[in-house]
Amino acid sequence: MGDLFTLPVLLGIIYSGIRFATPYLFAAIGETFSQRSGVLNLGVDGMMLMGAYSGFFVAVKTNNLWLGLLAAALTGGLMGLLMAVISVTFQATQGISGIGLHILGLGLSTLLFTTTMGGVGTIGGFPPVRIPLLGEIPYIGDIFFNHNILVYFAFLLVPVSNWILYKTTFGLQVRAVGQSPEAADTLGVSVKGIRYITVTLGGILAGIAGASISIALINVFQENITNGMGFIAVALVYFGAWRPTGVLFGSLLFSFVNALQQWVQLKGIPIPAGMAVMLPYILTIVVLAFSSRRISKPAALTKKFERGES
Amino acid sequence: MKRLLFQLSLVLVLVSLVVSGCAPAAAPATPAPAVENTVIVEVEKVVTATPAPVEEKAFRVALILPSTTKDSSFSQAMYDALVRLQEEMGKDKLEIAYSESMFKIPDAAAAIRDYASQGYNLVIAHGSQYGSSLAEIAPDFPTTAFAWGTTVNTFQSEGINNIFAYTGTSQFGGYVMGAVGAMLSKSKKVGICGPIETGDNRNYVKGVVQGVKDTNLGVTVTTIWTGSYSDVTAMATCAQTHIQDGADVLYGSSQSSTGAIAAAKENNVYWFGHQYDNIPLAPEVVVASQVYDFVPTLKDMIATIKAGVYGGKVYTLTLQNGGFEIRYNKNIEIPADVKAKADELLEKVKKGEIEIPLD
Repeated sequence: MGDLFTLPVLLGIIYSGIRFATPYLFAAIGETFSQRSGVLNLGVDGMMLMGAYSGFFVAVKTNNLWLGLLAAALTGGLMGLLMAVISVTFQATQGISGIGLHILGLGLSTLLFTTTMGGVGTIGGFPPVRIPLLGEIPYIGDIFFNHNILVYFAFLLVPVSNWILYKTTFGLQVRAVGQSPEAADTLGVSVKGIRYITVTLGGILAGIAGASISIALINVFQENITNGMGFIAVALVYFGAWRPTGVLFGSLLFSFVNALQQWVQLKGIPIPAGMAVMLPYILTIVVLAFSSRRISKPAALTKKFERGES
Repeated sequence: MKRLLFQLSLVLVLVSLVVSGCAPAAAPATPAPAVENTVIVEVEKVVTATPAPVEEKAFRVALILPSTTKDSSFSQAMYDALVRLQEEMGKDKLEIAYSESMFKIPDAAAAIRDYASQGYNLVIAHGSQYGSSLAEIAPDFPTTAFAWGTTVNTFQSEGINNIFAYTGTSQFGGYVMGAVGAMLSKSKKVGICGPIETGDNRNYVKGVVQGVKDTNLGVTVTTIWTGSYSDVTAMATCAQTHIQDGADVLYGSSQSSTGAIAAAKENNVYWFGHQYDNIPLAPEVVVASQVYDFVPTLKDMIATIKAGVYGGKVYTLTLQNGGFEIRYNKNIEIPADVKAKADELLEKVKKGEIEIPLD
């Protein structure tokens, strides 16, 4: 057991934890915007898959990772727009339409992949970038300041989205629409307009989350590569109480425990592998259970809005 | 207007469900509508059960795959074997249909029943998770042969006589490759990324571990199980965890191992694959792969069925009978003494001189 708590292991856990929090951060922060405006988007995983596929496909075909990232953002944005059309304009039940979009993304990305790319392949993804000065600090530099560019973007997104949500007029409108759409409407805020923006933004970030897997962290594409990460991202939004900082905490915790369980196995600690694999999920449930009281869910979440009705 | 919009959105959701190829959960009673996702290979006139040709009818095989035909792993190994066999026998003699991505067992069960009622001669459910579905369906179609694997259970003890089983002794190839990896490791650390600790993968890992240990070179070997056949990210983190721990030779299997292979490539550490040829995925680092060859098994199965026996037989794929092959990467130079030792071990394994306890 003592073998587990050594410096190299600790550094390893922190490094992997930070690295693999990236897709969760992108996806969950996107979902935070969407839910803050009152739209529960369960299609995140499908959007991530479409982003992962299109990012990989474009990067392979053009040899340009940035074009891949752009393609992923666009594809995710289109999926988000589709979700907005279905759930905001057509007012379909949000949960059902989200699941529909997930299945669409799963099927379409697999179909496109097998028809356009043939088989599984790998790609040289975004390389690690060592931050000058900070990256030179012993230990700290290696684990915090020597990651690929998307990892930095994901972590920068936390203060940026925090600022947008709490310090800008747009953020205020988003929160108002999610809390009381009727009141926001009477004040001249376009409820549907705001929801279109947040759900599309959520799609863009989900697309980027997918690309962070296929062209930055793992650098392959394969059928269902996200393996349900998008659903974890939705759970992380609840976990983080609809706040970007909470989402950050949740993503890191989940990712750290995931890294920890692998080291537990590697160091031969006698816990059954199946048990170790379950650890992050068990922990998420436990934290969710204990944090439920302080959570303030957006009051209009999953509620459709039509002017003149209530 | 609102009602119309709602209906439109419902239609959209339904369309997306169909596009995704989600098969119906309930088994269709009529043979006509094939399960979505079903692909008929190279054959135009089939699908209906009407017997058209005057001469000898084509032998019809249907394949249910948990993953895709391009997964560079277990599913592709079986699919490729059928295609090779079709090239050998001729398209008029062997007809193939398949359903891929049947990771949901009820979907697979619906497809199995569907193919059987369409009159396929042999329905292969290529995954150990499909056993109970087969045992339920097979008695309803006594003149259709079924096969599943990897397993040794033909359900004959339960009175079912039309199920074949196939399994592989993957531990022996694992043993040889474990020894090669141990000899190649400079850091004296070898890591294994396994999916789920059962069946073929479990045996393979047991073989690798013993192969490493039997070299007596003081090389340590550790295993991490990801708990999933499809979690590519978990495989990637697994490989990275091993690399951070200092391993410079990695092993793994299942369709999710592509994540680990990419990590091996990125960090320039050796990789040994299992089930399918991993070399094209990363020719820079994949030293060798133990590859399944289902062709001999399929040939015998078809001959047996043509002779009127529809099941009850267990096929074991081994290095001796050509069911397995260790394929080396010509781009990676292995020191002559290592190769010689590997060949020696392979001979020993083939002669049955090496025992690998599996319990």
